Amino acid sequence: MKRTLIHRFGLIAALALGFGAMARAEVPITEVTSPGGIKAWLVEEPSIPFVALELRFKGGASVDAPGKRGAINLMTALIEEGAGDLDATGFAEAREALAASYSFRAGEDLLAISAEFLSENRDASVELLRQALIHPRFDPDAIERVRAQVLSGLQSDEQDPDTIASRSYDALAFGSHPYGSARDGSPETVAALTRDDILAAHAATLARDRIFVGVVGDITPQELGLMLDHLLGELPATGAPLPGRAGYLLQGGVTVVPFDTPQSVILFGQTGLKRDDPDFFAAYILNEVLGGGRFGARLMTEVREKRGLTYGISTFLAPMDHAELMMGQVSSANEKVAQVLEVVRAEWVRATMGISQDELDKAKTYLTGAYPLRFDGNGPIADILVGMQMDGLPIDYIKTRNAQVEAVTLDDVRRVAGQLIKPDQLHFVVVGQPVGVVSTE
Amino acid sequence: MTRLFVAPLLMMALAVPANAETLSHFTLPNGLDVVVIEDHRAPVVVHMVWYRIGSADEQPGQSGIAHFLEHLMFKGTDKLKPGEFSDIVEANGGNDNAFTTWDTTAYYQRIAADRLDLMMGLEADRMRNLVLPQADVDTELQVILEERNQRTDSDPAALFTEQRRAAQWLNHRYGIPIIGWRHEMEQLSRQDALDWYDTYYAPNNAILVVAGDVDPAEVRALAEKNYGPLKPTADLAARARPEEPPQLAERRITFADPRVAQPYVIRTYMAPERDPGAQQQAAALTVLAELLGGTAATSVLGKKLQFDSQTAIYTSAFYDGVSLDDTNFGFAVVPADGVSLQQAEDAVDGVLAQFLLDGPDPAQFSRIKTQIKAEQIYGKDDVQGLARRYGEGLSSGLTLQDIEDWPAILDAVTPEAVVEAARSVLNRKAAVTGWLVQEPAAEAQP
Repeated sequence: MKRTLIHRFGLIAALALGFGAMARAEVPITEVTSPGGIKAWLVEEPSIPFVALELRFKGGASVDAPGKRGAINLMTALIEEGAGDLDATGFAEAREALAASYSFRAGEDLLAISAEFLSENRDASVELLRQALIHPRFDPDAIERVRAQVLSGLQSDEQDPDTIASRSYDALAFGSHPYGSARDGSPETVAALTRDDILAAHAATLARDRIFVGVVGDITPQELGLMLDHLLGELPATGAPLPGRAGYLLQGGVTVVPFDTPQSVILFGQTGLKRDDPDFFAAYILNEVLGGGRFGARLMTEVREKRGLTYGISTFLAPMDHAELMMGQVSSANEKVAQVLEVVRAEWVRATMGISQDELDKAKTYLTGAYPLRFDGNGPIADILVGMQMDGLPIDYIKTRNAQVEAVTLDDVRRVAGQLIKPDQLHFVVVGQPVGVVSTE
Repeated sequence: MTRLFVAPLLMMALAVPANAETLSHFTLPNGLDVVVIEDHRAPVVVHMVWYRIGSADEQPGQSGIAHFLEHLMFKGTDKLKPGEFSDIVEANGGNDNAFTTWDTTAYYQRIAADRLDLMMGLEADRMRNLVLPQADVDTELQVILEERNQRTDSDPAALFTEQRRAAQWLNHRYGIPIIGWRHEMEQLSRQDALDWYDTYYAPNNAILVVAGDVDPAEVRALAEKNYGPLKPTADLAARARPEEPPQLAERRITFADPRVAQPYVIRTYMAPERDPGAQQQAAALTVLAELLGGTAATSVLGKKLQFDSQTAIYTSAFYDGVSLDDTNFGFAVVPADGVSLQQAEDAVDGVLAQFLLDGPDPAQFSRIKTQIKAEQIYGKDDVQGLARRYGEGLSSGLTLQDIEDWPAILDAVTPEAVVEAARSVLNRKAAVTGWLVQEPAAEAQP
């Protein structure tokens, strides 16, 4: 029963923004290059005898072959369902005996693997993970078992207003680009996937030309170098080409998706800007003032605190690899939806004029002060390290990040607001039975 | 673009506390209990105040007042305007939030360690000096009604849980939702909130947990300065809740909703919680839940129903022993395509009966023990999780010693104790079996 909104964003879930830097805490990062040429960023933390490893393969579900939507998602779910000499049960038993944990997730732009293992079991834990990455079995019975789970999930998604909203928005915004469809696939595409499709998805995704590695814990650079070559050296050199840019197809307006529920789910958005845009920090501050998911942000103040129209509202920048969005999410009783849209539209217009000095100062204090709070454990730090590399940030970024936030001026924000915020382009997808709100066109 | 599998039902973690050497404890003269956990890896502190009051302490007709007050605690004091609390926390680079459970209400901030004094000053201020303008109370009531809309009324699984819990407890208020029944929430008043606040928000009803880059002596000095002057509530009555009578009749419910895409079965049994000085049975149930429903590929239910017979696409078993009063042990099963809920339920009952005859597989039992030990190492990496364990345990009636003893008690669980605990708990007369099914949408009238 948390007081603030639980964030359930479709698009941003796959993003590890690695945004930020550290004001006070020291995070000494070492760049390690293995004898075989695999690069990783490492923070040595010997005080607790375990290692957190974050691996990313750029591309993820976006490299699904035409007509094979969902193959990479299904493949990812099968990686630990049997490898080498071990079937699914044998693999799980071996992992449990080592007290290691591995997780595998297919995101829109990346495939993510998180592992934690005890120092005392390091070699055996890495070897087991290597079996899963290099020699997954994809046994037919495992494929059918996991396929049934995915199909069940897709069935549930069709009745889930949050998922309906994000799928509808994606389809309207991106059409036939992979971003326009669910990375889990559709019931039809998933049902049709063959073992060969799974093998092809594996070869397309897990390749050495797209690996990023972040490691934190009880391991030295030399040990890490050898570990990386053993773990990843046998992967193929190259994977499938990445998809091209995703054109943004939506105009301003409203799309109502009728759904029988007392409260509508509303997603709204427009185009955003790239992570490496020189104005990114100014835009980030603007977004924080407008729709940061915390109290004091304009939308939270206007929609929740003053009018009690919702439990939570927030906006976010989503710079993906092939498109950029600025989006927001809110849920409200059907009879209040019209008022919510009115307030959001008004705030969008107001935001084109920038923010006040007081808002800028407060946002800076918050963002710079909150930055060190992200570095709260080996796993989270490893995640930040790998995100920084994927975003192309320099290794000293953590030291300079807060200065970059501080450097943003009121004029910067005003200029960016004028360019970025487009009230005419704002499109709302409303899933529910909103009163007095109809689809445009 | 959301999740990979079936909606996660209930997952259980093997909670294990920190090492004793990083922990200290003291009590102020006004009754405030203070726990300090040191972790000097990053210059950050978690500051939490836990009140020994939750929604199960509410009076009949007042459901939701504990949670409503939690929201209103951000509305200002003699010194602060509405919303200023969070403004100050954020202006100092911190995050803050709060939550309510059946047993406790907690408020916390994560912030740079050198701001601890400021956080204590703010939290101490609102422990005794809350101000509630009527207009803010009215607006916030609309917010919690929207919260109920979002979390419960929009989600058939959440409505199903509410109905199952209501059937599970015959007399105890664990059967009433934390957020409240809508018709009672709508009637909650400013005076209800103030009465609740005046009685229960006091140093002698609170636990302060400070975790992170701090020195225990300094924490004591700051606590004395900020919280020391607060007056306790005089004659605060011991927590007394309506107790459950013996449960003598099996209950079965079916919840049908057009929004259900994937039907499933959940059964919960009444089960003992971790009691001060007597946690052995709870430890055995904790291990039992892992054995039955841990990892699909190695657990008893997963192997038999997902792997061998392919009756189910998802199985789980769950138990959380941290609770002030008797709690639940349960399982969930999502049937495979073409398998009915009755067949799935019967299959689980068959597996449970066989488990009681066979007992745990020694290899699986030993692997679970290995993981419990390992969790003591991994757990040190999450200082906020540690803080939460102590706050949750202490506000649920456990002592520090109980929390410290828990890993050793888990480690000492024998296969015989697990079977004995299973025999005692898997009693259908004290169980609720719930089916969640899809209701065909009503035909439009011609």
